[in-house]
Amino acid sequence: MWKTVLRRVLIMIPQLIILSILVFFLAKMMPGDPFTGQINPNTDPKQLEALKRAAGLYDPAPVQYARWVGNIFKGDLGTSYIQHVPVTSLIADRALNTFWLSLLTTIISYSISIPLGVIAGKHQDEWQDQAVQIFNYVTFAIPAFVFYILGIWLFCFLLGWFPISGSVSPNASGFWGTLGSQLYHIIFPAILSAVITTTGIVQYLRTGIVDNKVEDYVRTAHSKGVPENVVFNKHILRNSLLPIASSFGTVITGLLSGSMIIETVFSYPGMGKLFLDSIQQRDYTTLTALILIFGFLTLLGNLLSDIIMSIVDPRIRIK
Amino acid sequence: MLKKNKTTSTEKAKKVQVSPPASSFRVVVREVVKDKKALTAFIVIVLILLLTFGGSLFLKSDKVTEANIIEAYTGWFTDGHILGTDDGGRDVLNLLIMGGRNSILIGLGVTAVCETVGLIVGLVSGYYGGYIDAVIMRIVDFVQVLPATPIEIVLVTVIPHYSPVTLVWIISIFGWTGTARYFRAFVLSQRGRDYVLASKTSGSSDLKIMFREVLPNIGSMLIIDVVLTIAGNIGIETSLSFIGYGLPPTVPSLGTLIGFANDPVNVVNRPWLWLPATILLLAISLSINYVGRALQRAGDARQRES
Repeated sequence: MWKTVLRRVLIMIPQLIILSILVFFLAKMMPGDPFTGQINPNTDPKQLEALKRAAGLYDPAPVQYARWVGNIFKGDLGTSYIQHVPVTSLIADRALNTFWLSLLTTIISYSISIPLGVIAGKHQDEWQDQAVQIFNYVTFAIPAFVFYILGIWLFCFLLGWFPISGSVSPNASGFWGTLGSQLYHIIFPAILSAVITTTGIVQYLRTGIVDNKVEDYVRTAHSKGVPENVVFNKHILRNSLLPIASSFGTVITGLLSGSMIIETVFSYPGMGKLFLDSIQQRDYTTLTALILIFGFLTLLGNLLSDIIMSIVDPRIRIK
Repeated sequence: MLKKNKTTSTEKAKKVQVSPPASSFRVVVREVVKDKKALTAFIVIVLILLLTFGGSLFLKSDKVTEANIIEAYTGWFTDGHILGTDDGGRDVLNLLIMGGRNSILIGLGVTAVCETVGLIVGLVSGYYGGYIDAVIMRIVDFVQVLPATPIEIVLVTVIPHYSPVTLVWIISIFGWTGTARYFRAFVLSQRGRDYVLASKTSGSSDLKIMFREVLPNIGSMLIIDVVLTIAGNIGIETSLSFIGYGLPPTVPSLGTLIGFANDPVNVVNRPWLWLPATILLLAISLSINYVGRALQRAGDARQRES
């Protein structure tokens, strides 16, 4: 077990190195340098040149790369060109907002898709299954942002049930008041992005149940006289849930890349919104740091998927 | 109980007997035409293509995107603008036609690049297997774990002389991996088949076996993948344009039009700006995906018979 996990973690190291090199060159392609924000008409070009040289901007690329990586290990992701504060502090509270939104989305997403998958698999080809299939087809086909826009229009503007932007109301006071307001702001974006991410899970679960139903071990259980619902819950369902467990990492990855859209639509102050704001302001240090974090979290999500899979499914470990 | 067992065993037999879609293209088309809903979806696609591509024949792109501030935000059905005008006084119907065409064209372009690259990579990886396959699959794995959207957005902003063609390449960087995996899995299952071995024994070159023997068997799979990929790629382009980092501002896109809905004022007071584009994109996505699914069902014999 631990050997599998260790091997999988080791695979991640070269991936991380290539990712960091890629991000480094992407950062080099972006115009500007750490002094761009500090230039004013009185700046002496010669002095600026000297400052740049002292900061090592004319060093060969490998040297700069090594320094950059070294700084990352020290927890220094650079200073924002625009806001003149360390990028890490800029990202920290945004990351927390994205974390809460993603957590809630994941919980809602699984609590919608698992029952739907079970219903569809249990009543294969009956009307319940067909209804779930239609739901699945629609959520798969519609681009996420179109779904969000229609959702906002219907529930926030026409019906006025939910707020259209922000993460907390400025008038909220007290611990419970703030928490309630936060929940009120977060719940609708979470529901919308949860609904649009159900497709994969529902489909996997349905296919799993349908395929497992005709397996030999299920027939054996039937002929032994095991009650119908025990066969379903203990044999079919348990085996069909395996791929769902591993989809967990992929869901997280999907949420990260989707965070940009949902946070834009709801003006929700998370990492995705920060990324778009930074690119608008040409704040390239923040951008570079964010891409690195996005990449790292994606790698981590995949790692998690594989580890969960090897825990729940012994066959993979043996391989 | 006995009856149930009988059906399960036949189902099992079916499962064993039917290999991945080997049915010919003609069978697939016949199945889709028989499916009335899929046929309707197909007709919707044809109508949308006629509207966008046919309509844009009568439009001059620089005229459509020319600003005319005096006419800004004209409502629906006023002053000869059926769908009103946007913030720059541009006719929304014209933008819709041009934007629809552009979004579909980008989708087609990206799909062409990704399917070609994916097909070749999948064929090579699956056919040779072993060491070559392992190396290629590690590369595919790596590209798949890259954060696509942020990198795309950065590339869009930093690449000089940015144009719609650049956008096609940028989206394609990340798009080919799924296709490559899909075909690799199939080719891997074919490499030990008798027809491949026979061809090898009779001295055919690897290239000839790949493209003349194995490729024709992929025909229906390719079409299914192309259709579904087009829908997905239109979604990617419009999403990028929606947040402002897709097609350049001078080139209309459905995503840009829907992006007007990011302003609450437009959502409530100026629905003509974003609602028609939203409905058009919805129609495009739903109909292409429906046809894709119908093709998938038709190609997969196991589903067809049940």
